[in-house]
Amino acid sequence: MTIERKNKRKLKIATASLAGCFGCHMSFLDMDEHLAGLLEQVEFDRSPFTDIKRIGSCDIGLIEGGVCNAENVHVLREFRANCAVLVAVGACAINGGVPALRNYFDLKDCLEEAYLTGTGITNPQIPNDRELPLLLDKVYPISEVVPIDYFLPGCPPSAAAFLQLLEPLLTGQKPAISKSHLHYD
Amino acid sequence: MEPDKKSPAIRRIAIDPVTRVEGHGKITLLLDDNNHIVEARFHIVEFRGFEKFIQGRPYWEVPFIVQRLCGICPVSHQLAAAKAVDQIVGVRQLTPTATKLRRLLHFGQILQSHALHFFHLSSPDFLFGFGSDPLQRNIAGVLERFPEIALKGVKLRKYGQQIIEAITGKRIHGTGTVPGGMNKSLTPPERDALLTDIDNILQWSREALALNEQIHTEHPEHRDFATLRSHYLSMIGTNGELEFYHGGLRARAADGNAIFDQFDYCDYQQILREEVRPWSYMKFPYLSALGTDQGWYRVGPLARINNCSFISTPLAEEARQRFQSFGHNGLVHDTLAYHWARMIELLHCAESIHALLIDPDITGTELVADQGGHQSQGIGVIEAPRGTLFHHYQINEEGLVTKANLIVSTTGNNQAMNESVRSVANRYLDGHEITEALLNRLEVAVRAYDPCLSCATHALGKMPLQVTLQDTTGKVIHQLTKGVNGTVQ
Ligand code: SF4
Repeated sequence: MTIERKNKRKLKIATASLAGCFGCHMSFLDMDEHLAGLLEQVEFDRSPFTDIKRIGSCDIGLIEGGVCNAENVHVLREFRANCAVLVAVGACAINGGVPALRNYFDLKDCLEEAYLTGTGITNPQIPNDRELPLLLDKVYPISEVVPIDYFLPGCPPSAAAFLQLLEPLLTGQKPAISKSHLHYD
Repeated sequence: MEPDKKSPAIRRIAIDPVTRVEGHGKITLLLDDNNHIVEARFHIVEFRGFEKFIQGRPYWEVPFIVQRLCGICPVSHQLAAAKAVDQIVGVRQLTPTATKLRRLLHFGQILQSHALHFFHLSSPDFLFGFGSDPLQRNIAGVLERFPEIALKGVKLRKYGQQIIEAITGKRIHGTGTVPGGMNKSLTPPERDALLTDIDNILQWSREALALNEQIHTEHPEHRDFATLRSHYLSMIGTNGELEFYHGGLRARAADGNAIFDQFDYCDYQQILREEVRPWSYMKFPYLSALGTDQGWYRVGPLARINNCSFISTPLAEEARQRFQSFGHNGLVHDTLAYHWARMIELLHCAESIHALLIDPDITGTELVADQGGHQSQGIGVIEAPRGTLFHHYQINEEGLVTKANLIVSTTGNNQAMNESVRSVANRYLDGHEITEALLNRLEVAVRAYDPCLSCATHALGKMPLQVTLQDTTGKVIHQLTKGVNGTVQ
């Protein structure tokens, strides 16, 4: 999957963090000064770095984190519907990562440990307000919910790996990550 | 303050999501017929279940799993857990080199996190104004309009990340700690490489402080914005100095009087409890002696600068004294002064990094202390960028975790963030129509705390907002969205 680029307009990138730790977003910022150069070619659409709430039509979507609640499912589907290329960024998006360690336990047991039987708790109860999104029984890789074009492994992928992903995409090429930047940590 | 009874005349407004970064938060307001605020809440809507899924894992694995709670302050989690692991393996005193490496690592962490928070996330509010064009109000806008300021911010953060990389092998989620010490020394070439930039880092830190000091002192309207007279909790050093890595706990009341001092954090269960409320996944900690109503407190830069008796590095200490005289030698309760306090700490980090890099011990090779008798539990406490962070693990005879308790920094400010949201809502919304400026102000109030909503859920960056007014049957009667073009519809 590549991007057709018409009349040198800036490409639009959207990013989101689902059930992740935000480390993948931080690693993106680890491009440091390259960020200024990148921003000459791309602009952010919906992203934690901007004020834009609703995703518009985008060239590239970067998703960090797996899917742990109903809201994650909703955001992920919106991204798939609006992004020409959707990338699963990091271990959590690709296979669930550390948040998916809860899959070895019952969700109920996790909630009880945190809010009923844990240390030093007053008013033990499981939060259940309608303001809180419905939790899924398990944490899922994003590819189980929508089709994904590329997978960028690592926990997190390095800034160099992000650049190797984005630079070819910006010129309509297929990205290839060199072995030295492929990590499965 | 938080009535649970909803009379039929009450309307609900949801600001959702307040953040979409490491977890999600939202704000809800309940209004009566006259648009008076009946209730305002900041909810954390994400749940991970760490306390459960860590059970059964070997204790030595914990620092590297737990740091993946947060990609912004992973080092703080790794170090808090590592301190707990030291206790488990019976190590009371690390080698001088290991202690200094951990401290250097932690200063690097706080430097990069504080630089990130101001330059990448908050500076647009202050450089462009709370009510400025939302399309411009982000790091890309700052890079375009104020490239010099933005690039220095980017390089300050980069420097902190380079320190972390030199010690742990990676900028994010590296490995550095082992039970009772560190796994690798800092080589002289690595040390020298870091030293080449230190003069710039010191200079830019001073500029960042000057900018924030000026912003706060020259805007009288910032003084009482979301401001709260609260108690403060932080760790302090043996002589009452500002301390991030190891010390006792000090709590001061709003009037400046001590609640306790040099309290041993291993006994934290005697002074702290957490209340669960049904509408948030983040718990509400309080000083148990004062009860749930009076016992809430604030943590983080404002608490630390208010609480400490002095700062051990000269430039940051001068800045602290100016801060203190701004508060007429009492405590500074201004919520927006969090930014100023954060930059005092940034400068302290730069000065401390310099001192550690020229300390001969830093390139030493004695990295691991001898282990003593193994213990069945470990408690590690540290000052993370956002405040006091507690990690507590119990293990069985096989060394597997049987129980874990974490009180993460942002949790310490849960009640305060709610109070600040209420304060802004009461002041700017009460009796009025909702405007974009109001939404912004709610964001600015929450952002001052630099909440990490994945360690508890973190509010990062510009918070996209949607406000929906519904009647009590759930019918939408009014909706405001900050759209792609930044306008309010
Ligand atoms: S892959 Fe690693 S860095 Fe990325 S969100 Fe998951 S835990 Fe964080």
